[in-house]
Order: sequence, then C-alpha cells, then structure tokens
Amino acid sequence: MRWIAVALMSLLSLSAHASQPEPGAIGFQPAATSIMERMTNFHTLLLVIITVIVIVVMALLLYVIVRFNSKANKEPSKFSHNTLIEVIWTLVPVGILMVIAFFSFGELYYQETFPDVEESEVINVKAEGWQWNWRYYYMDVVDEEGYEMYFVSNPIHRGLEGEPAGTPDAPRNLAVDYPMVVPVDTVIRVYTGATDVIHSWAVPAFGIKTDAVPGKLNELWFRVNETGVYYGQCSELCGKDHAFMPIEIHVVTRPEYDAWLERAQNDIDDARQYLAGISETSNTQLASAR
Amino acid sequence: MPMDAVTPHDALHDDHDHKPGFFARWFFSTNHKDIGTLYLIAALIFGLVGTALSGLIRWELAEPGIGPLTYFVLWGVEGATMDAKIEAAKHFYNVAITYHGLIMIFFMVMPALIGGFGNWFVPLMIGAPDMAFPRMNNISFWLLPFSFLLAFISLLVPGQGAENGFGGGWVLYPPLSTSGHDGPSMDLLILSLHVAGISSILGAINFIVTILNMRAPGMTIHKMPLFVWAMLITAFLLVLSLPVLAGALTMLLTDRNFGTTFFAPSGGGDPVMFQHLFWFFGHPEVYIMILPGFGIISHIVSTFSKKPVFGYLGMAYAMASIGFIGFIVWAHHMYTVGMGTDLKAYFVAATMIIAVPTGIKIFSWIATMWEGSIDFTVPMLWAVGFIFLFTVGGVTGVVLANAGIDHALHDTYYVVAHFHYVLSLGAVFTLFAGWYYWFEKMFGVRYNGMLAGLQFWLMFIGANVIFFPQHFLGLNGMPRRYIDYPDAFALWNMVSSIGYLIVLSSLLVFFAVLADAIIRRRKAVVDEHGNGNPWGPYATTLEWTLPSPPPFHQYNELPRVKADDHH
Repeated sequence: MRWIAVALMSLLSLSAHASQPEPGAIGFQPAATSIMERMTNFHTLLLVIITVIVIVVMALLLYVIVRFNSKANKEPSKFSHNTLIEVIWTLVPVGILMVIAFFSFGELYYQETFPDVEESEVINVKAEGWQWNWRYYYMDVVDEEGYEMYFVSNPIHRGLEGEPAGTPDAPRNLAVDYPMVVPVDTVIRVYTGATDVIHSWAVPAFGIKTDAVPGKLNELWFRVNETGVYYGQCSELCGKDHAFMPIEIHVVTRPEYDAWLERAQNDIDDARQYLAGISETSNTQLASAR
Repeated sequence: MPMDAVTPHDALHDDHDHKPGFFARWFFSTNHKDIGTLYLIAALIFGLVGTALSGLIRWELAEPGIGPLTYFVLWGVEGATMDAKIEAAKHFYNVAITYHGLIMIFFMVMPALIGGFGNWFVPLMIGAPDMAFPRMNNISFWLLPFSFLLAFISLLVPGQGAENGFGGGWVLYPPLSTSGHDGPSMDLLILSLHVAGISSILGAINFIVTILNMRAPGMTIHKMPLFVWAMLITAFLLVLSLPVLAGALTMLLTDRNFGTTFFAPSGGGDPVMFQHLFWFFGHPEVYIMILPGFGIISHIVSTFSKKPVFGYLGMAYAMASIGFIGFIVWAHHMYTVGMGTDLKAYFVAATMIIAVPTGIKIFSWIATMWEGSIDFTVPMLWAVGFIFLFTVGGVTGVVLANAGIDHALHDTYYVVAHFHYVLSLGAVFTLFAGWYYWFEKMFGVRYNGMLAGLQFWLMFIGANVIFFPQHFLGLNGMPRRYIDYPDAFALWNMVSSIGYLIVLSSLLVFFAVLADAIIRRRKAVVDEHGNGNPWGPYATTLEWTLPSPPPFHQYNELPRVKADDHH
C-alpha cells in the first residue's frame, strides 16, 4: 500500500508551491514541513483504503440491485446465517484497522515528539489568542526590564465595507498587518495560550493545530522546509469575529530573520518594511522560477 | 414475526375502541400511538425551523463576503450603517449554526426517531397494549414543546452585549458560554436543555421498563425485533449519558450566576473539563441518533428482500457493542485541546474499533439482500441509499479517528461533511425510510409512491451535492463556523449552496406527498388475512397483524410468539 501512497504523493507534489488555499482545490495544501509531508502521505494511504472500501460496498450494492431485484430473481432464498462469512467480515476490517493504526501511531508520536536538537538552536514563540487577534511573544528576546518582545497581529480584513480587495500578497481574510516571522530549517516551538475564550492556532501547510485554552499553555513544534508566506486561521469558535483572526507566517532565511528581529525589537513598523522588501524579491524569484 | 391464532379481526370490530374527545385525546393523551403522532408532528415543525436556519447558513456562504444575513439583523434600528449590520450579522451567523445544531439534534432527530417511531412501534412490535408508564409518557412529550419554547425565547433575548441569542456553538464550550456571553440567552438555553434532558430521560426509562417487562408471551430477548433492540440500547445510552450533560449544564449555570469557577481558570477551574463532560454525553448522543435508524433499516431490508435478517444475533450485539464502545471514545472530539500523546493514542485505538461492529451491520444488510427478491419500494430506496451514504460517512470517520490526521482536519469542513453524512444523510434517511415504511400503518391512508420516490431522488442528489464538496473545503483548510472565508473557497461553497436548493425542492415534494395522502385518502391495504399489511408475508413483525391504523387499544388478548419463530 505504501508505494501507492508514495506514487500518488509524488504526482500531487508536482503542483505549485502555494501556501494558501487554492481555488477549486480538492486536497491538502502543499506540505511545508516534515510533519505535513508525512501527514499527507498517511492521508493518501487512508484515502486509497477508504476509496476501495466504498467502491467494494457500492459494487456489492449494485450487484444485489441488478441480480437480486424481484424481476431478476423471483424466488428468494431463505438463508440467514453463514458463520464463515461473518468471521471473515469481522477479521478483515480488524486487519485493515491494524494496518492503519500502525501508521497512525507512527504519525502521532512523530508529531508530538520534540526533535532532538540543541535547545539553544530552538526558537520559542508564544501565540496568544485574543478576541480577535493573535499576539506573538518572542520568548528568547528579553529586554533589560525582563519583558519579552511581543507584537499584536491584526487582520487586514474584517468583512466590513470599504476594505482593500484581496490580492495575491494580501489575500482576503488571511493577511495580517504584522505577521509572525521565523527562520527556515529551524525548529520552532510554539506555546499557545489565551486569556478570554478558547482559540485554536492552526496552519494547514504545516500540519499543526493546537487550541489556545485560557489557564494553560499548549506546546507544538514545526520546522519549515522552504521560505515563503504561509497562512492559517483560528480554528475554535471564539465569538463574533472568529472568522477574522487569521495567522500569517513569513518564513525567511536565517540572516533575514536576524535582521528582522534586530529591527522588530526597536520599531515593528521598520521591521515590517524590511519584511515587505524581502517578500518582493522572493516573489520575483518565484515568478522567474515558474 | 408470525404468531399463533391471534385474531386481529377482534380488534377491527372492537366495541371498546372508544376514543376521547379532541382536547382530551391530544392534550391529556396517555396513548402511546397518539403520543407518537404528537412527537412526529412536533419534530416536523421543529425540523422546519432547523431547516430554515441551515438555509440562512447556506445562503450566507454561497458567495464570499457578508451579505444575506445583514437583511435579518437590526430591524427597527434607525440609521443603522452597513458596517453595524455586518457586525450584527457576524453574531447572528454564530447563533444560526448553534440553534441549527441544537434544534436538529434535540428537537428533530431525537423526537422523531425515539419519541415518534419508538412510541408508536415498540409496544406494537413486542405485543404490548401500551407503554409501561402512559402518564409519564405524556409528560415526556409535553416537556418537549416547552423546552423548545425556552430555546426559542433564548433566540430573542440578549446573548452577548446587545446581540440576541447564544452564538457559541451547540457544544456550549466555556468560557465562551460563561464569561463570553453575558446576556440571559445562555441561561434560557441551559434551562431548555435541562428540560429536554428530563423529557428524554423519562422517555428512556419508559422504554427500558416496557421492553424488559411487557414483551408478549414467548418473545424472549433474543426474539425481539431489531428495532426494539435498537430502542432498548438507545434508552440505556440516554439514561447513562444525559445526567452527565445535566451536571455539566448545571456547572455552567452556577459558573455564570453564582460565582463558582468549575470551568474558570481564575478560580482554579479548567475549561477543558467541560469538554470532557460534554463529550462523555455528546459521543453516545450521536449513537442515540443513529441506532434507532439501524433498527428501522434492518426491518425494511428484510421485508423487501423477502428474507429474514442475516445474522440477527450479530446485528443485535453489534448495536450493543457500538453503544458500549460509544462511551469510551469521547475525547476523539478533543484531539487538539492539548491532551497527552499516550492518551490520544488510546482514543485513536478505541475509536477505530467502532468500525468493526459498524462494518458487520453494513455487510449483514447486504447479505440480507443477497439472493433475495428485492422490491424497490419507497422505503427500500431510502434504506439502500442510507447503507451507501452511511458507508461514505463511516469511512471518513475512520480517517478522523487518527489523531495524526485530525490535527489537520479538526474543526474544518471535513468534519462538517463527515457528521452530516452520518446524520443528515444517515439518521435523516432512516427517518424518511421509517416514515414511508409505516406511513400507511400509522395513518391508515396510502401515499403516492411516484411522488415519494421523486422526493428520495431529489434528496439523495441534493444532500450529496451539499456535503461531498465540503470534504474538499476541509482538506484545503477551511475552518468550520466561519461566516466569511478566503476567496479560494468560493467554488465549492457555491456548489454546496446549490445542493441546498435541491434538498429544499425535495422537502416541497415531501409536503406534496403528505397533502396528496391527506386529500385523496386512499384506503390502506388489507391483505388476505384481513390484516393491514401492504408489504406481503415478509413483513413479519407484530404491527403488521393489526389493522391500519391500529385500533385505539390493541392486543386486548396478548399475541403469543412460538418457540420456533425465526427472526
């Protein structure tokens, strides 16, 4: 089964390096982390299994409909027991489920086991959900008074009149004013928390989603393979503007990240301008690559 | 189930078939059939409200942006700006999804399948003259309209700030349902659900006592019709799970009004605790909605395949094991709250096990049809449609059971598609299957089979057009409970909303069938034995030995079930 999954996956990965929802798409967003790559493979395996099951059931039903309708088969038989077939259709699903469980536990423990890296190389960010925006605390950056660097990430769109239309650079309902920024190929640990109601911090292309619950901190990790801009949305109903507290993450090279961080500590607007410069160049690169 | 020389004719010219006057009959009713009818009427009315709300949802979501719902807010507010209306519409959308869920679950599916068909056919099928506690049956029903009234009033009073209604989802998670909604709406909703819960618990006790004590002589527990098995298991699930909901609701109430902090971290409480309590009720609840339907489908498939149900004992114990496992899988609704990994692994394993008894049921229905001589009557169409669509909904459930995948799909439209496949195309299909199977038995008139068939096909196509594209939306990352979405999701949302129009047209046909049956009053079929049985010799349960409609009091002489009767 595994090779089918891998084959299908390689077909799918030929599509664009998009990191946001695609018009008319019928599958996952392209994976940007190892977590999501593995998840996509596992899902492809599951999709094959469930499609086969549905086709088998549909074929049996169609056969019964054609072969055993009252015109085709006047005399119904009387049987109502067959121990062998009952044992088979109990044990075969058990076997299929054990195959699924084998991969499922592998995925689960991979996602929830923090990678074996030096703690000094890890970047710690706290994503705090508020009604209705996210705040990002860069926990490794502490000023002389002991406060962590943080900024508020507000949505550009709230569904109101007179808002800017969506553009490829600032898609409607996904773009924010001050995005979260992390370096590529680096393990990022995110703590999610909240103060008012429950929110959920989710980025589909990373394969992560963890609730931000008042009174506790949840932890997740990811490591992004490619630079780019990635989007997510709040995924736990949190009141009126639940649909309008998106997550935007700029994944940049390490030197760019350091330069951004340097600016962000002093002036977040300056840092944003710097970031806009990077995106423009990377957009041109992407366009020329296509 | 064939039986001894019981004489249904006795009932036909029964001089004691004296019915009370209109008011006494329908308002003080203690007769299980009348109460069943009342439940069906109530479910029909409440179901229309739930359907209207889903119409608002699909209308709003048909295109990106916030538009249609602004027509329904800030009535009578002079000079309200468009932006003010949009802000109000955002809350109203959350209210619409909340009440759509609650109404469809507590006021449509449960009353129809359990209160309606359960009351009508459990006593008829086990050969009992009535339910064990007829007056308790009366109060079970009459609590329901008042519960609905409370829910409806809660729609019209402030929920959060100046906005009316509670908009926190049917799951009522705190702190959104405590500090997040400061108005009286949530308190009324809590009261409404308490009353609905009492109604259901009383009904469930009634079913358990009736089924355990009032079966006809000779009907051992292993000779009970499968619908009765289903109702027995459902009733146990209700009795065991609803008190937990009641406890959680009461804690919400005291957190809101009396300064307790069960779910407030500021006082040492934990919001996630509510989710555990809620889903300890909520997961059995989904089986409460589908198990009666499983029973109905078994009878229909057997009747029209002209064969006994394949693997009767397997079918009965598959339902029992689904009911049992249903109590130990609840936290698969909560994979993203921050549980321990080993705990998630346990819930993954336990959840996937449910696929085994469910598979047994699907395959046994197909085996029942195998080598049968199948008549594709209207109820059979719904039953076969159900088997296929429930399979589709079931396999996506297996996908979601994996915590490793659920981290991507949790709270997306994939979940919405999954549970509507098993409920809107599952439970509701069994509801219509039962309706058309027993229509003639209940009301004594026949319906137009052509029209009813048209309703099936419209519903089958429409419901698939609504919900199948939602899998795509979910996979691509569209979260649930969103009034507005990124433009990339526009296509499948539009398709989904078009599907709603097809389902709406099927509901119009449903009412046309009803109106046609009422106006034409085609006489119910009387078979060669003088019984009201339109479905032939393979409709073997006891209700088919009675006239259609059954006399006001049936089984004055108890039927006897022979030892060698098959199921």
